[in-house]
Amino acid sequence: MSYQQARWIEPLIFELSKPGRVGSSLPGKPRGSINVPKELLREKLELPELSEPEVVRHYTRLSQMNYGVDSGFYPLGSCTMKYNPKVCEELAALETASCIHPHQAEETVQGALELMYRLERFLAEIAGVARISLQPSAGAHGEFIAMLLTRAYHKSERDGKRDRVIVPDSAHGTNPASAAMAGYEVVTVPSNARGRVDLEALKAAVSERTAALMLTNPNTLGLFENQIIDIAEVIHDAGGLLFYDGANLNGILGKTRPGDMGFDIVHFNLHKTFATPHGGGGPGAGPIGVQKELEKFLPVPVVEYDRKRKRYYFDYNRPHSIGKIKGFYGNFGVLVKAYAYLLLMGAEGLNEVTEAAVLNANYIMHKLLGVKGYELKFDASGPCKHEVVFSTESLKLETGVTARDVAKRLLDHGIHAPTYYFPPIVPEALMIEPTETEPREELDHFVDVLNTIAQEARSNPEKLRSAPTATAIGKLDEAKASREPILSWGTHRKSAKK
Amino acid sequence: MGHPYIPNTREIREKMLREIGAASIDELFADIPPKIRLKRELKLPPAMPELEVKRHVQAILAKNKPFTQMLSFLGGGVWPHHVPAHVRSLVQRSEFLTSYTPYQPEASQGMLQALFEYQSMIAELVGLEVANSSMYDWATALGEAALMCARVTRRKKFLVPELIGPERFSTLQNYASGPGLEPVKIGYDRTTGQLDLGQLRKELGQAVAGVYIENPSYLGFLETQVDEIAAAAHKAGALFVVGVNPISLGLLKPPGDYGADIVVGEGQPLGNPVSFGGPSLGIFACRGETKLMRQIPGRLIGMTTTLDGGTRGYCMVLQTREQHIRRERATSSICTNEALCAVAAAIYLASLGPRGLNDLAELCASNASYAMKKLNAVKGLKAPIFDAPHFNEFTMNCTDTRISIQKLNAGLLKRNIQGGKLLRTEFPELGETALLCTTELHSREDIDRLANALKELLGGRR
Repeated sequence: MSYQQARWIEPLIFELSKPGRVGSSLPGKPRGSINVPKELLREKLELPELSEPEVVRHYTRLSQMNYGVDSGFYPLGSCTMKYNPKVCEELAALETASCIHPHQAEETVQGALELMYRLERFLAEIAGVARISLQPSAGAHGEFIAMLLTRAYHKSERDGKRDRVIVPDSAHGTNPASAAMAGYEVVTVPSNARGRVDLEALKAAVSERTAALMLTNPNTLGLFENQIIDIAEVIHDAGGLLFYDGANLNGILGKTRPGDMGFDIVHFNLHKTFATPHGGGGPGAGPIGVQKELEKFLPVPVVEYDRKRKRYYFDYNRPHSIGKIKGFYGNFGVLVKAYAYLLLMGAEGLNEVTEAAVLNANYIMHKLLGVKGYELKFDASGPCKHEVVFSTESLKLETGVTARDVAKRLLDHGIHAPTYYFPPIVPEALMIEPTETEPREELDHFVDVLNTIAQEARSNPEKLRSAPTATAIGKLDEAKASREPILSWGTHRKSAKK
Repeated sequence: MGHPYIPNTREIREKMLREIGAASIDELFADIPPKIRLKRELKLPPAMPELEVKRHVQAILAKNKPFTQMLSFLGGGVWPHHVPAHVRSLVQRSEFLTSYTPYQPEASQGMLQALFEYQSMIAELVGLEVANSSMYDWATALGEAALMCARVTRRKKFLVPELIGPERFSTLQNYASGPGLEPVKIGYDRTTGQLDLGQLRKELGQAVAGVYIENPSYLGFLETQVDEIAAAAHKAGALFVVGVNPISLGLLKPPGDYGADIVVGEGQPLGNPVSFGGPSLGIFACRGETKLMRQIPGRLIGMTTTLDGGTRGYCMVLQTREQHIRRERATSSICTNEALCAVAAAIYLASLGPRGLNDLAELCASNASYAMKKLNAVKGLKAPIFDAPHFNEFTMNCTDTRISIQKLNAGLLKRNIQGGKLLRTEFPELGETALLCTTELHSREDIDRLANALKELLGGRR
């Protein structure tokens, strides 16, 4: 093992504070009266006091105790942690992108509108849908808006009784949560032995109360729902809509399109498929695409082009729109990055992205199947798509070592853990998504390390269970953290005084 | 030929295919039924080299006129401020920028500690015990606050001021629609803009889950009856929710001090660029009692120790509220949030410190004070329209001049000045009124320039 993450003993910024220090300067002093009565003014404010070099050193050290995709392999299943081209960052930071105000006169933001207009058309073509809204802030936000559109659609068809949304048991947690937020009752359908939606169970689940089916394809097992044409027929015949969760779009770019599969609403994760960095949790962007019959319900505004005046404009005059779903027009900074990425790749590049990503996943599947302790629970007969879900159940039976232990041990080798214990239908699941931006040597190394860990599970399970030790910190007491939550410096100080 | 972002060349890929026993790459896509296979290339422009992409995107964006190249008085939900260089340089560090949600705390201590510091500073700023590690923006944070009020109280009405930010109201309506929550507007005093306490008390009752105000309001004035509103809400068993511009809290009493149970707001001005309105940063905070804490949406970072108790560390907590565990019974579906914007906010607040934030807030407010005085002195203009204290935004009415705001703004734009936001479509009852904003970016000379330009535009007509 030859990895050690930076390990600073770095106090909280509050503990570094010294009275009187300041890390910024203002262009002027307040002049004149401020016309606010005294009783509305605050008396004390306990923020840290530090100079700029101290602030910079503190957060630089913190960054060094954080693992990103630029640090190394990040095979976090369902999250598509691919490399993010740096030029996209540079472009989003231009003053002509970062210093424009959403209320500016339309003639002064024609570039922003044009970029959004063009990006919309790219995304519509990629997904095979009629129209895009770039507004949703993240994937789950896009799902939620999709459910609001679903309701608006059924209501306009005078079919407002539809109160159920179907999700497969392998779905992302955001699917049922988003449906519930929109007021829907969630019905779960099981997967079959091949890891796909059980068509008979689905037929039994649909009724005149079915509003929609939310489906990820390739699904969270990394398998293509090859009965999708039948699935679409079942849902549409029952009068429901088909929603496409775009989390796994990286597995099918240029090969097939959600719209061609029969989906009515699609969402994208620009921060997954189109290489905008995830920022340790966000910001992302979760645009949605819809077919013609749902277009009129999209949130306001939509970007249009006036050919006569040769001007782009925001159209608010949409009487059937569901209205606003956030402030302004979407995470514009993220949209700029995704637009630049799509230009870098082009049609051929996107096709290559998917081919390389799917090949990398199949390569890992093939190699890891030869390692004792890792097996597939569903359908080892065909190819996977962009990700593969292994189970370490046999390793657990043999040694007591869990999938979580294996994942934590990977951290000691300088590899980020795969998603584990998801999807819930696979016992001791390790969900591995290599993406197209990893070289073969990295994949070989990964499989070697998993082999080493399996052997260690047999020879020294105790040591393995103490992992990780090469990270900034060792195993944490997460149970205590939730039992007696300390969520701020203020709370910590109070409880320490007691 | 290699590809800059795809390390495995075609030759290597051919080898890999042979190794896994596949005759061709197509074999890996054989599970996609032929009927739905895309039999052509996607209709996208051909790939461009980096230099060309840079020129192309720069050329499109050059059609924008950034507010740094003119004099702008726009606020109304996002506010231009100076972002110190080190804030951007720190959040651009790869380790922060290219990490995922900190699911593996041992390898993500940096992000977790930075977010814990963010939560701590926001909690202090708003005067409450708990802040989450971010929502999408103010509007969606408000939507989530209404849902949380309904969960906590099991009631279905949510009272908001009539002068609420219109985009926030529309977003709230969409969020409220799921569980059938009913937003109800409370009127205002036509002279002062203050909430109509009589109507508030009349609407309050067994059915009301929450009472929401914005302070400073969307139109920039301060709500001075906060104690009365809090008392009335609490007496009726409702939660009190306050929406804020966090910069104002360098100066103003924190909502927690006047009875707020939940505070939401827009964190963009804390070290994040305006960026055409997104990404922004939804602030969400609440009181520390268990009943509320267990119902808060979004990610929470907590302090803990290593299992041996020896070393302090940080991890995500109370995850049983969240979608990946609780699925349809989660407090919200939010997963990806605005973490990096929250880190920027933490760095920004730590850099300004209490003194710096106070000075900044005072500077913004004193500029607005000066601007109101100057504009009010222009014949035919009234600024502000409400007789109340203001923070850094204010209204300007020109109904008496018989020239529309739209026309005035067009004239200003010719002088390289972006005037205030038109309010006519949102609040027709306010007549020809604009919403203007001043921050530390404005000097007295800038404000004089606006006043003089308006004088010219109005005078020229007579």
